[in-house]
Amino acid sequence: MNSETVLELREVTRRFGTQTVLDAIDVAVREGSFTALLGASGCGKSTTLRIMAGLDRPTKGKVLLNGTDVADRTAHERNVAMVFQSYALYPHLTVFQNIALPLTMRHLGAFGRLPFAGRLAPGTTDARDLIRRKVAVTAESLGLSDLLHRKPNSLSGGQKQRVALGRALVRDPVMFLLDEPLSNLDARLRVKMRGELISLHKRTGRAFVYVTHDQAEAMAMADQIIVMIAGKVAQAGTPRDLYDRPASRDVAAFVGTNAINLIAPEDGPSFFEGNTGDAVIGIRPEHLSPANDGALGARLETAEFLGSETILGLRTDQGKEIVAIAPGDYSVPAPGSEIRLGVAADRLHFFDPASGKRLEREHVR
Amino acid sequence: MRLGTLLGRCLSLGLLVLGALAVLLPFLWMISLAFKPQDEIFSATVQLLPSRIEWANFVKALTETDVPRYLFNGAVVVLGILVFQILFAVPCAYALAQRRFKGRTVIFALTLAALLVPFHVTAIPIFLGFAQAGILNTYWALILPFVPTAFGIFLFRQFLAQVPSELFDAARVDGLSETEIVWRIAFPLALPAATAFAIFSITAHWNDLFWPLIATTDPNLATPPRGILYFRDEESGDDVGPLMAAAALITAPLVIAFLLAQRKFTQGLATGGLKG
Repeated sequence: MNSETVLELREVTRRFGTQTVLDAIDVAVREGSFTALLGASGCGKSTTLRIMAGLDRPTKGKVLLNGTDVADRTAHERNVAMVFQSYALYPHLTVFQNIALPLTMRHLGAFGRLPFAGRLAPGTTDARDLIRRKVAVTAESLGLSDLLHRKPNSLSGGQKQRVALGRALVRDPVMFLLDEPLSNLDARLRVKMRGELISLHKRTGRAFVYVTHDQAEAMAMADQIIVMIAGKVAQAGTPRDLYDRPASRDVAAFVGTNAINLIAPEDGPSFFEGNTGDAVIGIRPEHLSPANDGALGARLETAEFLGSETILGLRTDQGKEIVAIAPGDYSVPAPGSEIRLGVAADRLHFFDPASGKRLEREHVR
Repeated sequence: MRLGTLLGRCLSLGLLVLGALAVLLPFLWMISLAFKPQDEIFSATVQLLPSRIEWANFVKALTETDVPRYLFNGAVVVLGILVFQILFAVPCAYALAQRRFKGRTVIFALTLAALLVPFHVTAIPIFLGFAQAGILNTYWALILPFVPTAFGIFLFRQFLAQVPSELFDAARVDGLSETEIVWRIAFPLALPAATAFAIFSITAHWNDLFWPLIATTDPNLATPPRGILYFRDEESGDDVGPLMAAAALITAPLVIAFLLAQRKFTQGLATGGLKG
């Protein structure tokens, strides 16, 4: 095992009844990395995160934290922090108490934690001071100092998110697990919090595991993306790997702002010079643009002008819909006119039509 | 059309007033008698308002009889029942609502079924059991039969089932044990439900005559309704004024408690949910 690996899942399988949610997945998270678990809902990414946290147990397989098997340890004993999609703040506690709770559990004994009698417990004054100091520092760093006495109900979505982060930060965990933490925020705030999360990651230097179904979020933030499809790891790699060399048709379809064009052999004659055999061809819309000597011809149906670019919706003679992107200064011809489209040879992806797996260029005949 | 709605309203209002009067009349009569001097109580004419306020009835009820003792017993029994009910019902409800275990649905179904069993069915077996155990004529005999409460478990479980499970996961990550989750997180959240439940429980057991009549014979353990019965025997129905004063004293704590908790009570029943 790599000494830098902080957390590793080995052949982890999780079944609920007869349903297999995770099927022998292997995941490694490097120290200090920002790993995104990317997938559609129901693909098992949240279950993976819960197994990492210790909130769920694998049916089979091992969970290694810094090289030791932690299958029997609770989330608290693993000292991992988790941020939930709904923030999961305790509604009956103030912001201060919410952030302080993990410290209270760690530093005060069972008697010292009692609501009122605890103040009488001997030797808790120092612990209480320590907790107060740590919470103050954390709150300061997140801009929550003025809100410490408020209840979560009176906070905005962004503030709640910060409190949830504060509760995770205050205990100095070995790693952070985040379950779609931004999906309840509005679009503008989401972009802002994205930046804050990245700087938080840099500041703490801890490994972050980030569950999301939004590929743009994963691409923007992560240095490692694990794409999960139907309970399996479809591909793990850097954002660039995923974009440039998707391991399968499904990964290719998932990654990228504009959905990739997948052209099966029956969708049209081979337009690409040279024989592509019976492979499915994938071309990202941003790599397919109008060119007078282009290899592909199609009729224009729609055009969306976005300023910096224009998204063209076209249809081939065989009836296959494809999308291409033209530069913003492209003058759009009348709908129905034939347009030639060109693509650089190294931007083409080939997939096996049966298995959906990526075919390397030399294997394509 | 307008006349029709007006008539309809008058009719429904009239019916409501009649219903309220029918319910309140014995109560008002009790208050009236409690404040009447001895000679006015048995006068031939019906007079709701006493000619003068007579406090002697209350003084007599409080000083010459065991009413303070009955009130104290009532408080011990009612609070004892409530504390133990909550102590057991909340963890059970939490387990039923938020934990996964084998047979959970069966156990919940049994809890629902237990709601349908009237207490009178189990009273005799419990009485025989207590007799064997030799705890009849103790406070425990009055408290223990009501500690397992299917209604309480059901009420709390419905409330806790609405709390997002992420909240409890967060508590686990923060290092709380399941027991601590119940008392530090689940119970404070379920406080509105607890208030509603407390009102039900306190009213039912403060007013209960059936079980104290069976389980105790010791006058020193008599709860208020049981005590009133002794009162009547002693006085042979002659001293109605103090009897009514005692009855008023015994209902007063409930009325006051309900008035104080009224808003929380309706809140707990109406919303039952948790937002934010």
